[in-house]
Amino acid sequence: MTILELRDVSFAANSAGILNGLTMEFWEGYVHAVVGPNGAGKSTLANVIMGLPDYRHHEGDILFEGKSIKSLNVDERARLGITLAWQEPARFEGLKVSQFILASAREKNKDEVDRVLELVGLEPVRYRNRAVDKTLSGGERKRIELASILAMKPRLVMLDEPDSGVDIEAIERIFEAIAHLKEEGTTVLLITHSARVLEKADHAFLLCSGMLVDKGETAKILEYFSGKCLPCPHKNVPDLNSGRKTGGENA
Amino acid sequence: MPEGPVEEILESINLHKSFNRDTPHVVINANRVLSSKVVDGLEIEPREMPDGVRARLRVARGTKIKQPVHLCFGMLPERGIQRIILDVDIEDEAEVSFMAHCTFPNAVDIQHLMEAEIRVGRNARYSYFERHWHSDEGLVRVVPVARVRLAEGARFSTEFELLKGRVGIIDIDYHTDCLAGSSAEMKARIFGRQDDRIKIKESASLDGEASRAVLVTHIAVRDEAMAEINNEIIARAPYSRGHVDCKEIIQGQGVARAVPVVEVQHPKAHVTHEAAIGSVDSKQLQTLMARGLSEDEAVDLIIEGLLS
Repeated sequence: MTILELRDVSFAANSAGILNGLTMEFWEGYVHAVVGPNGAGKSTLANVIMGLPDYRHHEGDILFEGKSIKSLNVDERARLGITLAWQEPARFEGLKVSQFILASAREKNKDEVDRVLELVGLEPVRYRNRAVDKTLSGGERKRIELASILAMKPRLVMLDEPDSGVDIEAIERIFEAIAHLKEEGTTVLLITHSARVLEKADHAFLLCSGMLVDKGETAKILEYFSGKCLPCPHKNVPDLNSGRKTGGENA
Repeated sequence: MPEGPVEEILESINLHKSFNRDTPHVVINANRVLSSKVVDGLEIEPREMPDGVRARLRVARGTKIKQPVHLCFGMLPERGIQRIILDVDIEDEAEVSFMAHCTFPNAVDIQHLMEAEIRVGRNARYSYFERHWHSDEGLVRVVPVARVRLAEGARFSTEFELLKGRVGIIDIDYHTDCLAGSSAEMKARIFGRQDDRIKIKESASLDGEASRAVLVTHIAVRDEAMAEINNEIIARAPYSRGHVDCKEIIQGQGVARAVPVVEVQHPKAHVTHEAAIGSVDSKQLQTLMARGLSEDEAVDLIIEGLLS
């Protein structure tokens, strides 16, 4: 069953096309990946789906459970169960980890804070009273952000480059958390250019220059991505005449 | 209903059930000392004045007071002036911490004026936490002035918090002179609303070798509130170190101004500053909204963190 659908979504910034006529379907309970080289439009796609303020002026439509969410703000989409974990999580000076997690938690109690911290491999007694600020490493902040998402129990979560800036132990914990989300029935959308992250997906989309190049089983997309996309042969040069980026030989 | 003024003051700061009269304390209403308790090594000599209370506080040399000394300055009448004059001596090697609450639950037109002279002796430690509880009417004027002198190796920290209720008008002026090896930390956290006016001047003079000072001011102003922060550190001695940190969040028609002044008069001294004024960080806001918080809820939580 389709939980999220994009219908001919295009997005431009400063007259440059970044997403070009994307039509995609995401199936409920699956771990999807959107893969592509730098500049392919992967993070922009996540921002457009989340409805961030600078990404609302897109063409086409986005449907969540069959209903358009185009007119909804970020928080309204989040209350439907859509959320996003940023590649570089925000820092919150003075805000305790427990406060940050409880802000999004469905069950607002200390046990829930401890449960989700344990799920991402962080010892509750060491972390719940720390601030979500620069005293935490990038990997710790990424895991705490993931903990807040686990507490939110979303329907669809987009994880933007979940392995960036984290060590091997942390990425294993993040993979475990992704598996846990799937077990709970959450649809996961991994934004990545990493083969090891892509391997965790059930299904993948290959983006290039804001266009959908291919989709299908992860192994097929991984083979194509590793063999023909890296290094990128066309450097994502936009075709200003058509208003769309060129897709190079891959498109 | 509270049984008397002590209970009424304690209830206004939500301490009526937990307050222990056996702990060292002084409770003052307007110009009357309602209750006090001292322990060995701590002397408190309050003297009532027509418009307030003058008190001498002394911690004897080498005395380490384990429990915080609770100071409660209340003003139960609707109108009037409360002047608190403190003369504080923390003698060499002594240690004490104060927990002060200032409450004006019925204020219509109240002025709370605090003047403190504080001397912290060699290797002595003094910490002072002051929390204000104001009504939602904003009809209080608070003017705390402190002059602090730190002897060699002394440690001094003070923290001022005004987060509940309206500020009204507040005008803080603290100055600390630091001798060799001493350290001063002064923090203020205030949330201004409507037409509140906040003015803070904190300064430290690093006169002794390897002395330290940190001045931290975190302010949020919304509606038409205004804040002006003037923090200053002057480093005169070798290996002295200082840092001025001022962060202000503004919303609505709020206005904030920060003037950090750092002056270094010795080539081996080092002072830094950072000041940030602006609206709520968009990434923080978007992160919380992407978890389902409304914009107002997200802003409140971000401000709560900044002022925590």
